[in-house]
Amino acid sequence: MIKSIKTWILVGFTSLLLVACGQGGGGSGSKKSKTLDNTKKAGFVKCGVSQGLPGFSNADASGNWSGIDVDVCRAVAAAVLGDADKVKYTPLSAAERFTALTSGEIDVLARNTTWTLSRDADIGLTFVGVNFYDGQGFMVRKNSGINSVNDFKDGISACTNTGTTTELNMRDFFNSKNIKYEPIAFEKADEVVQAYDAGRCDTYTTDKSGLAAQRTKLSAPNDHKVLPETISKEPLGPVVRQGDSVWEDIVRWSLNTMIEAEEYGVNSSNASSLKDSDNPAIKRLVGAEGELGAAFGLDNDWSLRIIEQVGNYGESYKKHIADTGILPNRGPNELWTKGGILYVPPAR
Amino acid sequence: MNLKKLSIENKKIRDLIPQALTILALLSVIIYFATNAQINMGNRGISFGFGFLSQEASFDIAFSLIEFDGSYSYGRAFLVGLLNTILVSIIGIFLATILGVIVGVARLSNNYLIAKTAEWYVEIFRNIPLILQIFFWYFAALRALPSPENAINFYDVSYLTIKGWYIPKFVWINFDIFCYSLILAFISIYFLNRYAKKQREEFGKILPTFTLSLGILISIPLLSFLLLGVSLSFDYPELKQLSETSYTYENGVSIIPELIALALALSMYTATFIAENVRAGVMGVGKGQKEAAASIGLNKGQILKLVVMPQALRIIIPPTTNQYLNLTKNSSLAAAIAYPDMVLVFAKTALMQTGRAIEIISITMLTYLSLSISISILMNWYNKKMAIKEK
Repeated sequence: MIKSIKTWILVGFTSLLLVACGQGGGGSGSKKSKTLDNTKKAGFVKCGVSQGLPGFSNADASGNWSGIDVDVCRAVAAAVLGDADKVKYTPLSAAERFTALTSGEIDVLARNTTWTLSRDADIGLTFVGVNFYDGQGFMVRKNSGINSVNDFKDGISACTNTGTTTELNMRDFFNSKNIKYEPIAFEKADEVVQAYDAGRCDTYTTDKSGLAAQRTKLSAPNDHKVLPETISKEPLGPVVRQGDSVWEDIVRWSLNTMIEAEEYGVNSSNASSLKDSDNPAIKRLVGAEGELGAAFGLDNDWSLRIIEQVGNYGESYKKHIADTGILPNRGPNELWTKGGILYVPPAR
Repeated sequence: MNLKKLSIENKKIRDLIPQALTILALLSVIIYFATNAQINMGNRGISFGFGFLSQEASFDIAFSLIEFDGSYSYGRAFLVGLLNTILVSIIGIFLATILGVIVGVARLSNNYLIAKTAEWYVEIFRNIPLILQIFFWYFAALRALPSPENAINFYDVSYLTIKGWYIPKFVWINFDIFCYSLILAFISIYFLNRYAKKQREEFGKILPTFTLSLGILISIPLLSFLLLGVSLSFDYPELKQLSETSYTYENGVSIIPELIALALALSMYTATFIAENVRAGVMGVGKGQKEAAASIGLNKGQILKLVVMPQALRIIIPPTTNQYLNLTKNSSLAAAIAYPDMVLVFAKTALMQTGRAIEIISITMLTYLSLSISISILMNWYNKKMAIKEK
């Protein structure tokens, strides 16, 4: 009897702890933002990132995170807390990411996540925008003589990550071509790379930016190439929990600010000197006109801090994606004024 | 009398009170949890339900014992994962038991080399984390295997390659009749053994039961081939070119390298613990027992079979049951090397595609619980059968 009482005390205590831990996060529908209050109280933005994808979110040897996804977190921290470095990063696997967000473990998910209808509508998430337009492709060995997806034959084995849209697109693609294939889905990207490198699979399929980044990890990167075809639309963007519309707006407009800043030629070095610009759009961006920050409970310099501390989208892309050799050509991720599809609503 | 029955002075009632309170406390904790989860999920716009199980899964699985592709439901995908978990557990338990018994007995050998080799094996394999062993067998051993065009060839019927082990496909005609004949053979063997036992106990006659059983096991299914129209042919794997430099095999059956690596790692690891159980069991049987058996004229084989093993098994079975349970639960590490077990297919892929974390994790936990309890029940039954029957 004593033993079982002990057990129950233990069970009771553990459940209390669990309940206490489950209290964080969550939003009401009102104008006040619980997430914003909690973030200010904690002094850092809780941000979910990948377990290591060069260009998007990757930690260096001393644990400093960088990448265009990381820059979204930094922008939010700069806007809300005034310091882009006040971010707590949580590396998440593809399988963990949404649960971590809905349970309140993190408040922003910036982890190369594809915006789809079912994710947006069904599981308590809200996508706030797109910070990278991607598409799924295939990598093969150069000496295989495969130059296009039309050279694939029945029996081909394809390595990929589990729990991603990639897995679903792969099936749609091979079904439409009527090709029998062997899908080998790993939990982590590193294992996919190793298995493909060892010759377990004939092709490696994921988002093209991912292929470019992972190719650098192969034992002989130059023996491999990415096929020209793109088999899917993969708009990648930051995600927040459903139900806290103020927080949702803060994250959305932090990203939009970076893109709009590039459009108007505002960057980290010239931002503060543009306070007396002739262009009202630029003045609004650097906080010299209007009261835009008040709409979500921030001061008027929120956008200036983003541009000064993180930079505009073009700077972020150049630093993390182009200069690292992942995708030097911006392709669809160019501004709409320069032939790309980056187009954000005006900040006014 | 009735009054006393219901009063606190009744010992039975007094004893029941704390138990009832415990159950009440447990129930309130569960209810509190459920409501808490419900409120939080409601706040975040997450619905709860098991309707997703009948939705189309729309992802494919590389290795499945039953027919499956993306047009089947999530429920079916769960079944595929469950069967794959059971498959690797059965293979693992089978190999681990054989290897464990051999190594356990080898450790007791008088031959220095055999005993030391067994000891080193146990010490090395039980002291390295299982996940590293799985990676070792998968990545290190996998890289050593040749590509399909240079496969390790077993008599032109079976090929071992980096993409898997290709074996001939069995093509049966009237497979059901063959199954019935096998069942018939097992029933006959059971009755033969009962008859032999009776003969031994009543008349002291010893029948060659092993030879006879083997005869029945071969002859009855053979008769089904000759007389009842059962036939078996093979589809041999054939090399097929996929591109200028890559090949695969078609027509045969492919045993994926993920399964081979996982089964190897699980059985090599668990065998070390079983070996120690076997050693403990055999050493736990008193020396006097063997001497007594020898003194009434039993030979070495009979001593082992009739005197040592029945007593050793009593010591071996309970801890070995634990090892079987561990092996089954450890098979959930499969996800790391892409073996599509229940965790990878259901608790990761399906969870990701549907976002139904609470539903899927509870189903998965309940399934592992039922699997483990089934193994426990089976092994407890066997343990009872082997236990000392007090008269």
